[in-house]
Amino acid sequence: MRGNHVIAEAAVRAGCRFYFGYPITPQNEIPEYMSDRLSKTEGGVFIQAESEVASIHMVIGASMAGARVMTSSSGPGISLKQEGISFLSALELPAVIVNMSRGGPGLGNIAPSQSDYFQATRGGGHGDYRTIVLAPSSCQEAADLTYKSFDLADRYRIPVIILGDGMLGQMMEPVELPPEIPIKKLPPKDWTITGAKGRPSRFIRSLILDPFEEEEHNWKLMRKYERISKEELMWESFSLEDAKMLVVAFGIAARIAKGAIKRVREEGLKVGLFRPISLWPFPAKVLKEVSRRVKHLFVFEMNMGQMVEDVKLAVDGGVEVHFYGRPGGIIPTPLEISRIISSYYYQKKLG
Amino acid sequence: MKKVFSRPKSIKKNPFHYCPGCGHSIIHRLIGEVIDELGIQEMTIGVPPAGCAVLAYFYFDVDMGEASHGRAAAVATGLKRALPDRIVFTYQGDGDIAAIGTAETIHAASRGENFTTIFVNNGVYGMTGGQMAPTTILGQNTTTSPGGRKEKRDGFPIPLSEMLAVAKGSAYIERTAVNSPSNILKTKKAIEKAFRTQMKGLGFSLVEILSPCPTNWKMSPVEACQWIDEVMVKHFPLGVIKDIPGEKKDAH
Repeated sequence: MRGNHVIAEAAVRAGCRFYFGYPITPQNEIPEYMSDRLSKTEGGVFIQAESEVASIHMVIGASMAGARVMTSSSGPGISLKQEGISFLSALELPAVIVNMSRGGPGLGNIAPSQSDYFQATRGGGHGDYRTIVLAPSSCQEAADLTYKSFDLADRYRIPVIILGDGMLGQMMEPVELPPEIPIKKLPPKDWTITGAKGRPSRFIRSLILDPFEEEEHNWKLMRKYERISKEELMWESFSLEDAKMLVVAFGIAARIAKGAIKRVREEGLKVGLFRPISLWPFPAKVLKEVSRRVKHLFVFEMNMGQMVEDVKLAVDGGVEVHFYGRPGGIIPTPLEISRIISSYYYQKKLG
Repeated sequence: MKKVFSRPKSIKKNPFHYCPGCGHSIIHRLIGEVIDELGIQEMTIGVPPAGCAVLAYFYFDVDMGEASHGRAAAVATGLKRALPDRIVFTYQGDGDIAAIGTAETIHAASRGENFTTIFVNNGVYGMTGGQMAPTTILGQNTTTSPGGRKEKRDGFPIPLSEMLAVAKGSAYIERTAVNSPSNILKTKKAIEKAFRTQMKGLGFSLVEILSPCPTNWKMSPVEACQWIDEVMVKHFPLGVIKDIPGEKKDAH
């Protein structure tokens, strides 16, 4: 199945019955698939909204009502959705937002890129908030993470961002899809607004005029973020045991890096891979521990250097961090990366 | 002794924060009365705006979900699609609905989204201190149209309700005012009809209410009510603009 279709199908199987979106390449297969799938699913609602701004606010409405809901877009559209993502965070509403990112800034192009790392992991919109950010590197992982993201969103009442790219969305791989959850088996929500039948009326708001109350709200969010930072870390490592140098990469770049590492290993270079899957929370502690044994980190991203800042924060000056990036929608080959890795490897006299 | 006047059940016991002579308090009360009379308090969900009425959730005793500036129609769309058997209404000012939220509103009406919008038109941005609104009439003085709105400099005001009437999905649109007892009664009837339109599942319904803002108009409350009659209604004529349910026939 194609990556975009995988994400859409996994969402429906996770109980998502509401999708609101707006066309933008390279993610159009998600709304297309959803329009068909949800029209054939009981209780399914699909709206092609008038804009990304409108679609994210339809997400807010359905989420307030207690529904599992998703929207998707790519870079420029995600910028427009940031208003709503800030509100989702402030209102503590669960939602899943997919970003199949592309070359930027501006309109950029429709080729795969990882240039939205900062936007995704730093909140992206106005105000002091975080969103969970998950970065799949294969179609199988896209299915598993999308499925899981609905549970995470509900558990923490937080927007979850699936950060993919044009390549993940377009490539086709065999996938084992997760089982369909019956809507009735989903855990009940006691905070939704559904009409005050047999209970006092409720309201959901983000305007808190009293600075002391707003500060308390921010602390409450902060405590939630701290809990997530402890409990929801995800990463993968590869060929770590004897590694003298570690490549750190996420998403599709990690996939390319893996190919490159296999190549250099054939030549006897001891290189491993560390792949953060949760970009926020960033698996900083684990990376720091791993980097105690490996003195040289090589960060590879399809941008001009964004995750590298989190890597540097994680190792806190403890080891040397080298960066290589290709922005603008370029997809480097494993061969190219393997050459860069080995030249750095020998330059540092590791072999 | 028989009680002849009391607080509607759907209005909370919180004092309104609105300025003296402001129309919001009256409109809140009218909506509360209609919700009570239709017996829909337990199934109604309101969407308050950004603007003077942002704190409406302190006043309406129904479930409410805040929307950001201009996005009420999109939030209401999500709510109503998820809960089609509930009654959903948005409460929006002129800047909210006719400037920043124009796209959301026109498309919701065009899709025939089955919710009700209460559109409070006072011709200024009230909460931010009286700037020019999309419905500020030509010649009207505001803090950002000094010397009065001029078409060459500031453009023309937007007749949003008439624009929405063109949309195929809108079912019922009426413009009323709350500057006199008879207009207040007409407004209440219009709100009731809008809710009934939704209950019948006929599509998008909207009541535009011309509402005095003495503070930002720099007038006394009495002058403000007179100004609506003498000036504002000439630009925004009162009456039914669209009526698919077809129970009322006084279209201008």
